[in-house]
Amino acid sequence: MAEFILMKGNEAIAISAIRNGCDGYFGYPITPQSEVMETLMVERPWETTGMVVLQAESETSSINMLYGGASCGKKVLTSSSSPGLSLMCEGLSYLAGAELPCVVVNVVRGGPGLGTIQPGQGDYFQACKGGGHGDYKMVVLAPNSAQEMYDFVDLGFDLAFKYLTPVMILADGVVGQMMEKVELRPVKPRWSDEEIKKNFKWATTGKTPDREQNVLTSLALDAAVHERLNHKLQSKYKQMETEDVRFESYMCEDADHIIVAYGCMARICENTVELARNEGIKLGLLRPITLYPFPTIEIQRMVPQLKSIMSVELSAGQMVEDVRLAVNGKIPVNFFGRLGGIVPSPHEVYEAFKKEINK
Amino acid sequence: MELKDIIKPENKVYSKSPVLTNKVMHYCPGCSHGTVHKLIAEVIEEMGIQEKTIGISPVGCSVFAYNYIDIDWQQAAHGRAPALATATKRLCPDKYVFTYQGDGDLASIGTAEIIHACNRGENIVVIFINNAIYGMTGGQMAPTTLMGMKTSTSPYGRTEELHGKPLKITELIAQLEGTCYVTRQSVQSAAASRKTKRAIRKAFENSALNKGTSFVEVVSACNSGWKLTPVKSNEWMVENMFPSYPIGDLKDR
Amino acid sequence: MALRGAIVVDTEKCKGCSVCLVNCPTNTIALAKEVNSKGYNYAYMAFPENCTGCTNCATVCPDTCITVYRVKV
Repeated sequence: MAEFILMKGNEAIAISAIRNGCDGYFGYPITPQSEVMETLMVERPWETTGMVVLQAESETSSINMLYGGASCGKKVLTSSSSPGLSLMCEGLSYLAGAELPCVVVNVVRGGPGLGTIQPGQGDYFQACKGGGHGDYKMVVLAPNSAQEMYDFVDLGFDLAFKYLTPVMILADGVVGQMMEKVELRPVKPRWSDEEIKKNFKWATTGKTPDREQNVLTSLALDAAVHERLNHKLQSKYKQMETEDVRFESYMCEDADHIIVAYGCMARICENTVELARNEGIKLGLLRPITLYPFPTIEIQRMVPQLKSIMSVELSAGQMVEDVRLAVNGKIPVNFFGRLGGIVPSPHEVYEAFKKEINK
Repeated sequence: MELKDIIKPENKVYSKSPVLTNKVMHYCPGCSHGTVHKLIAEVIEEMGIQEKTIGISPVGCSVFAYNYIDIDWQQAAHGRAPALATATKRLCPDKYVFTYQGDGDLASIGTAEIIHACNRGENIVVIFINNAIYGMTGGQMAPTTLMGMKTSTSPYGRTEELHGKPLKITELIAQLEGTCYVTRQSVQSAAASRKTKRAIRKAFENSALNKGTSFVEVVSACNSGWKLTPVKSNEWMVENMFPSYPIGDLKDR
Repeated sequence: MALRGAIVVDTEKCKGCSVCLVNCPTNTIALAKEVNSKGYNYAYMAFPENCTGCTNCATVCPDTCITVYRVKV
């Protein structure tokens, strides 16, 4: 019998981490995601599963604590919001370069700068196009419910260890703060030291006489060696693009037009689709669940049946660039977005959509 | 007595620790880093903790420390080693975890990380190499550069108006409740090196006793950065560095 | 009872920094006129009869290229 609990998206991250064998959480308070660490501190998982929870002195430290924990083959998690993620970009680049797994949650608020504590989706570029320095990507999961906040912690760790890469859960203030029914999945225990030693031969578990030393570094001063490292990273990203693209289609089968939206905007745009359908307009919704790897091939598959695509975002237009790259000029790609933390209603999106297709 | 009668395995009284790799160090001739690496390796060997020790290397000349001490290593971003060590020790409490950091790494870009790790009393060892200069990037001014000292970014000598005074980070660290052992040592002579080795050993022993953070500063010479011969730079260090950075224990509890 | 010592220098690893020389209490060590493959004048026992095997040179050697032997005579 499944167990359901009413909780905030942010609380779901915390509860899921404890129940999915997470070894350590390291974070720094920032609105609108402080409930993640607050929930963990109330739950005291160090007394039950042995999970470590630590309030770091900064986001810079949090992400580097993840580097230390991930190096030991542990499942480590941090969460923050936009300005905090900017501080973490250095660490993310090092984690990607050293091929270390971890899960990073960004409950996005409006930017740039200190911006606003209201929801936003303006960190798409930072999440999907690298953010830190160098040629790296990370898997970016975009939940649109408290349930997905819960589920993507586990999925995030699976993907992080599959590819040995940081994985980002790119949420937004709405998904983090709203309360919903969440089904608690079966508990997964933390990995034992023996399991870690057996499964992660690369980890700094202590050099034993039967193996060479393990060194987790992103440094390679030899140009040829460094190019090989980069090619290895790129081949992982290619593999992600073939094996781990996730998306959800809503009323797309017969659609003449589709909206592409993720996170809370996808929830809102489902209602926009219904408004259009009630007026006889065949509108569908494509919701990317992985923002990287992006559902480029699915969009390309749909293009021949479509008259237009509209990207709807809480930004000035970021994901729309990936939609345009997928469409490659074959049909009109429109954009509608609100900024400053303003979340548009289904009607507002519908009016914007009609204005574009009637141009 | 012939040499061949002396040079026999049974007469060997000093040789390279097996915890040191056979790689030739990339450090300049006479660099203190090599001596400190050796002392750490000898402590790890003598305590029998090679399988339980995790090193965290910094950014700077000693970024490659992992090439020379044969243990598992994590290589940190500039200044962040104490954050890596914090998580490693908390997630693997049976391990001996140490950071190895220079003055730019620890006392400039990484001040937040070192202060908070020490203040929390993480059960780690910090080895702090203070040679008053940025070696790897070619001899720029460090937070610990002495007043009047010429570097590539203080070409007319460090002045208070332009750069402020040297940061006595170790004195600051000693004030923190989380540290149990804070000491300043050096390696220019055999006697000094032996004392430094004892300090490093004590620091590692402390971390097993969960007493808090042990912090070992080694006042060091950077002859390339200082533009002196190795022997002259050791003399210059004793004459000029020691008055500002006096040798001895700052805290031991 | 006197102590007799000897050192063996890994001449390829030695960088000729001279820190061992100045730390030798018996003036046993000098730099060779010859150089190793890196071009360094390496350390050697110039006056082997002086060596007591005190290990000072090896203790301060940054490149750990000195092995020390000692006998009681």
